[in-house]
Parts: sequence; C-alpha cells; structure tokens
Amino acid sequence: MSIVIEAANLVFQPYVLLVIFGAAAFGMFVGAIPGLTATMATALLVPVTFFMDPVPAIATIVTATAMAIFAGDIPGTLLRMPGTPASAAYVQDAYAMTQQGRPEAALGASLVFSSIGGIFGTLVLITASPVLAEIALKFSSFEYFWLVVLGLSCAVFISPGSPARGLIALFIGLFAATVGLDNPAAVPRYTFGSVEMMGGVQFIPAMIGLFAVSEVIRAFIKRASDVRPPAAMSKSIFRQQATNLVTYPVQALRGSILGTAIGALPGAGADIAAWISYAVSKKFSKTPEKFGTGHVEGLVEAGASNNGAMSGAWIPALVFGIPGDSITAIVIGVLYIKGINPGPMVFITQPEMIYAVFIVFLLANLIMLPLGWIAIKGARHVLSIPQKVLMPVILMFCMVGSFAINNSVFGIGLMLIFGIIGFLMEENDIPIAPAILGLVLGPMLEQNFVTSMIKSDGSFLAFFERPIAAGLGLFSIAIWAIPLVLWLLHRRSARQNLT
Amino acid sequence: MHFIKTIAAVGGLMAMTSAAWAQEYPERPIQMIVPWGAGGGTDAVGRLLGAEIQKELGVPVNVVNRTGGSGVVGHSAIANADPDGYTIGIMTIEIDMMHWQGLTELTYEDFDVLAIVNSDPGGVMVSADAGFDSVEALLEKIKSEPAGTFKASGTGQGGIWHVGLAGWLLSEDLAPDHVTFVPSQGAAPGLTDMVAGGVDIVPSSLAEGRSMIDAKRVVALATMSADRQDAFPDVPTLAESTGSDWTVAVWRSVAAPAGLPEDVKVKLMNAIETAYNSEAYQEFMKDRGFGLRWAKGDDAAAIVATDDAAFGEVMTKAGLAAQ
Repeated sequence: MSIVIEAANLVFQPYVLLVIFGAAAFGMFVGAIPGLTATMATALLVPVTFFMDPVPAIATIVTATAMAIFAGDIPGTLLRMPGTPASAAYVQDAYAMTQQGRPEAALGASLVFSSIGGIFGTLVLITASPVLAEIALKFSSFEYFWLVVLGLSCAVFISPGSPARGLIALFIGLFAATVGLDNPAAVPRYTFGSVEMMGGVQFIPAMIGLFAVSEVIRAFIKRASDVRPPAAMSKSIFRQQATNLVTYPVQALRGSILGTAIGALPGAGADIAAWISYAVSKKFSKTPEKFGTGHVEGLVEAGASNNGAMSGAWIPALVFGIPGDSITAIVIGVLYIKGINPGPMVFITQPEMIYAVFIVFLLANLIMLPLGWIAIKGARHVLSIPQKVLMPVILMFCMVGSFAINNSVFGIGLMLIFGIIGFLMEENDIPIAPAILGLVLGPMLEQNFVTSMIKSDGSFLAFFERPIAAGLGLFSIAIWAIPLVLWLLHRRSARQNLT
Repeated sequence: MHFIKTIAAVGGLMAMTSAAWAQEYPERPIQMIVPWGAGGGTDAVGRLLGAEIQKELGVPVNVVNRTGGSGVVGHSAIANADPDGYTIGIMTIEIDMMHWQGLTELTYEDFDVLAIVNSDPGGVMVSADAGFDSVEALLEKIKSEPAGTFKASGTGQGGIWHVGLAGWLLSEDLAPDHVTFVPSQGAAPGLTDMVAGGVDIVPSSLAEGRSMIDAKRVVALATMSADRQDAFPDVPTLAESTGSDWTVAVWRSVAAPAGLPEDVKVKLMNAIETAYNSEAYQEFMKDRGFGLRWAKGDDAAAIVATDDAAFGEVMTKAGLAAQ
C-alpha cells in the first residue's frame, strides 16, 4: 500500500497534472484532424519529453495517445473520415447515426465506451500483466497467421449485403496490399519502375480516399441536400450512455476482454481487435440486421475493444520490453532514456514507477470524459455548415492528411484514385470496410504465411502442430465451413421436400 | 504596365542578388529526410541531431519521414534533392545493400557523406530455453546437423542481419544458407518469434535484444565486433571464441545529395560535429543503448565504401545479389 501512496505522490503534483491536461488537449487536436495519427502525435512529443522527469514524460504520451484515438472517431462520425483503421470498423454505423441527426449519441457512445474499455484494460494490466505476457509470448507466426485469417473472415461476414460482395471488397484491398517492395522476399511488385510505388499503397491516404473523397464525389454528383442539423438532445450525452450500459452490459464487457487480450499480443493490435469485436457483436446480437444502419450496439462493443487493446499493448511492453504496436515502440525508447528499463525486473526494482504509470493510465482514461464532452459539443456545429461550403473544406483536409503521412504528393494522388474506386464500389453496392481491412492485414497475412512456410520447410501441417495454432486454425475453418454445410443440407432437404 | 513589370522584375532580381551577397548559408529552413518510420531508432537519432543542428546553425531543421520500399523511397528523395545544403538526410547502411539486390541504381556515390554518428555491431543471440552457453557449442551443433535445421531471423530478406549471418557462416567454412534465414519486419518481431520457439538464432545487434536479455529469455553468445562492447562486457567477440574474423555493424550517417558546395559542406560537417558532441546526444545514445561512433567527411565515406565492397562479396556468394 505504501508503494501506491508513493506512486500517487509522484503523479498528483500540480506540474504533472498540468502536463496531463496539456497533452490531452494536444492529443484531441491531432486526433481530430484526419490523416494525423496517434503515432504521429507520440513521435512529435518525444523531443518534448527529453526535458521532463520520468513520470510527466510518460504521462504526456499516455494521455495524448488515449485522447488521439478517441478523437479519431470525431471526423469518422461526422464526416465519415475514420482517423484510424480501428475506427473504420464501425464508421458505417456512426455515420448513419449522424445522418439520422444523432451524432451526439454516436460520439457519446464512442467516448464513454472507449473510456470503459481503456479502464478495463488498465485494470488487467495492473493485476495480470506477468501471466498474460507469458501467454502472449507463445504466439509465433503460425498463430498470427490464423489470427489474421480470423480478422479477414470477420470483415466478410459483418459487411452488410451478401458475403460475395464483401469478398470482392476484401480482394480489392488484398490486391492493393501486394503493391511495393515491403514483402517477405523484398521483390518489387506492380511498381512500374517508380520509386514512390516501391513504398506501396499506404493505408491512410487509401482510407481517406475510399471513405471521404468518395463521399465528396457523391455529394457533388447527387447534389445532396444538407444534413439536418442535430436536434437538441432530449437526454444529456452521459445519461444516454447510462441507458446504453444498462442495455448492453455484456457487449461492453466482452469487447473490453477481447480487446485487451488481442492487444496484449505483440503482433496484433487495436485494428484487428475492433473488427473481431464488431463481428462478434453482430453474431450474438438479437438484431443483427440493424448493424450498419446506425445501430449503437456494435459501436459499444468495438469502441470498448479498441481502447482495451491500447492498454493491452502495454502488457508485453512493460513485462518484456516488446512493443505491442508502433506507439509502445516509441514509449519503450522513452522509458529507456528515463532510466526505467522495461522487463520483469522493473516491477521489483522500481515498483513505485510502474504504479505511477498505472495511475496515469487511469487518469488519462478519466480526463477523456470531460474533454471529450467539450469536443463533442463543439464538433456538432460542423454539421450546421452548408454542404457546398463543407465539402471543399473536407477535400482540403483530405489532401493535407494524405500529404502529411509521408510528406509526398504521391499520397494525394493515391487518395484521389482510391476516392474514385470507393465511389464506384459504393455505386455498385460493394462495401468499403472489408477493402480497408484487406489493405491493413494483407501484408501481415503474407508475412506470417511465408515465414511459417520457411520455418516448416514447406509443410502445411505445421499450421496445426502447435496447440494454440491448431485451435485457432480449426476455428477459422469452422467459421467458413459451417455456413456452407448448413446451406448444402438446407438445399438437400428443400429438394427432398419437392420430390 | 510594362514599366511597372520591369521595375518589379529588376527590383526582384536586385533583392535576390543582394540577399545572396549579404546572407550566407543557411538563410532558410533545412529539411532533414529520415527514410524510416516515425518512432523508430533512426527517427529518434534524426530528430535529436536535427534539434542540435538547429541550435548550431540558427535556422529551423525540419525532420521529415519518407518511408517505404525498405528505405529506397527515402534515400532516393535525399539523393534527388538539389545539392544546396537545404536538404540533408539520415543515410542508413541499407544504401550499401539495396543496389546489390538490384532494387535501385542508387549507391553511396550519389551522396556526399557528411558524418557517421552511430554504429552497432551484430551479435549472436539464442533463446534461453535452447540451452547453449557458448557460441562454440552452437556452432558445433549447427555443423553437425544437416543444412536448414537451424533457422534465424531478425531483419528482412537481404537485410543487414541476413548479410551478417551469411558472412559469419562463410567465415566458419559453412555454406551461407546452412542456417535458413526467415525474413521478419525487424529485430523485435524476430526476437519475439525466437522466444515463442519459431526460430533458433537472432543475429541482430545486442542493443536490440537488451530487454529480453535482462528478462533472462534471451542469451547473448557473441558480438560480431573486433572488441567487446562496453554495454555487454561479458559477451565475447567471435574472434575470442570461434576464431572467426568476421565483423559487421550497422551505422547511421548524415548525408546530402552529391555535389555540395565546399563551404556549405564544411559548415554542415562542423554543425553535425557539435551536435554529436552535445550532452543531449551523448546521453540519449547511452541511455538507449546505441553505440557511439564518429567519423567525418572522407573518413566516413571510406567506411561506407569498405562496407559496400564487403557486403557485395558476401551477398554475391549467398545468392542475395541480383544477377
């Protein structure tokens, strides 16, 4: 207990609290601009943290990233420009809610359940880090391969409309992911001799194009009427979420657990977690047909899941110094500079530091609520802007975001091409979301498959030789096989009934 | 109308020439291109050096990440910029390998190497569960088993640690692919995979495995350098243990497009030297466990050229070079 008090003394200093507040505002700002990512926010903060003591330095980064991840949902909900691939999982629902005049309900759910997922993940981090990290260390390329297959399968099954159309979208994404040099054999593919093409299709410009530019094109062609300005809310943002929590307690818990567990795996992060959680939510929902039409249930579960994953990523980072994602990779560097060497020893040699980090986590997830509330209140005014003013401004932001990701005009070109592809896809009722997941997970799928095959000297059976891999593999196959078998049985019995 | 235009044009010209006369380099912000992602080790080195150079030269140094294509995109962006001193970049060891692989025409000769600011030797690391206590024992086991039994990982195909491993095996009279190389996205995923039982050896720098070594999950058997490393005094060199004379190290350098004016070059090199010797840089490198190494101008270019030749030889023998 004395350690906790000592840790609290480190955190509850006016300077540290001020830093947390400033970092939160910074994270909110960066996250709300499409194309500027939480990773970028962290990288920009690193030089600033050089001049700070360890606790405020870590507090800066933790708070800014938690806030940036939530803030990425704001443009996603209001303008259908998801800030991260993780929020792309439920952007369809969130944007539909905005079109129905309920943007505050969508953003409120995203805010509150992000916070719940984050706090749950932190509690797991505090209580079960060493045990979970041991399990996470058992995952090699065989297990990750099946996990990616599971994630991709989810994308197909959650897409509204027929699975065939979902599959088409997925293959568009997977194809785009093959472009470039960053594949296991380091062979240039579809680069046509261009140096820029060697870098491949970066997913931020592609995502902005598919979601946002396609929307701009549609608004231009169809002369869309202005969105109804949101009606004044009958209930406050938070009271509405209390209702959601009472209605969907299982979903919130399930999302938090799954998110934290997937986040704890070094090779998988918030994006896979959000997609799998969204699919799980739809699968077990009493009203799966409402998903994608502005239904809050999937938002609750996937929103909790991706913030849970954010906290979960710290488990292997603190216990073994293994980065769970690009953000923890940066943080591990900062920890080293501050003389806190991550590893099992840090829990014994500097427990007050670790507990201070935990307290910062909880604070960051709590301060998100009031600051997020202010942001939501301010953001709704965006929708009162007439479409013909708003759309060019959106296009400008799209260009800034696409340029910023690699400081190159090539990104803007990519964005425009994917904008047209996205427009054509939606005109033909092909969902966009699976294409994004294909683009994000395609390289992981290939990497894990090829390295597994090299390790097993070309034997497919190796994918089932390790216990966890075998379990995940059989589960993946079952997901695809069972609907097929049921369909065949159904057809046979139907035929028998005819004769 | 014509008159006004002429006045404006003459005025503009005069302003430009007088600016060129009155002000010397640098008079506007400098762009520093980092060919690797935000948050990585190279990015951190670039950002810190940039901040120090900024103090020294008195103009902003903007660090810009140009990633992708295993470094080809960013290195091309540096080499293709105007050699006026307003675009510099962090050039990494990949420049000595990617042209051998046939990925680009670009070589170190397209750059003016200003300075080498860091270097980390390769190592031999195994999982603690594997039960090897010396690199001799490991080598004996590798030799006694058929080719392909042992697997190693820690970088992409044809990446520095792949070349490092092949060079070591060649120096021990083994085929360069006697140990199968499994490409990975870097040392961290390679180490994770090794602890999970996926591969047997990670030949990356010991600094990259430090946290896992401290956690007693990974054992460092040797360093591929001429002398032991300060941070790992108990880890022997290859020469001490197996007698191999093979050494390999990654380095990071500051470079500019070839053809820099001499005065600009000197000014930049001096600014980088001051930045390198700054307390902030020295402490940062020590705390991160990165190796400090300094070489300037022609000395640095000579190191880059020597490595280029050595890697070309190993890569050709290992079948990693394009035909």
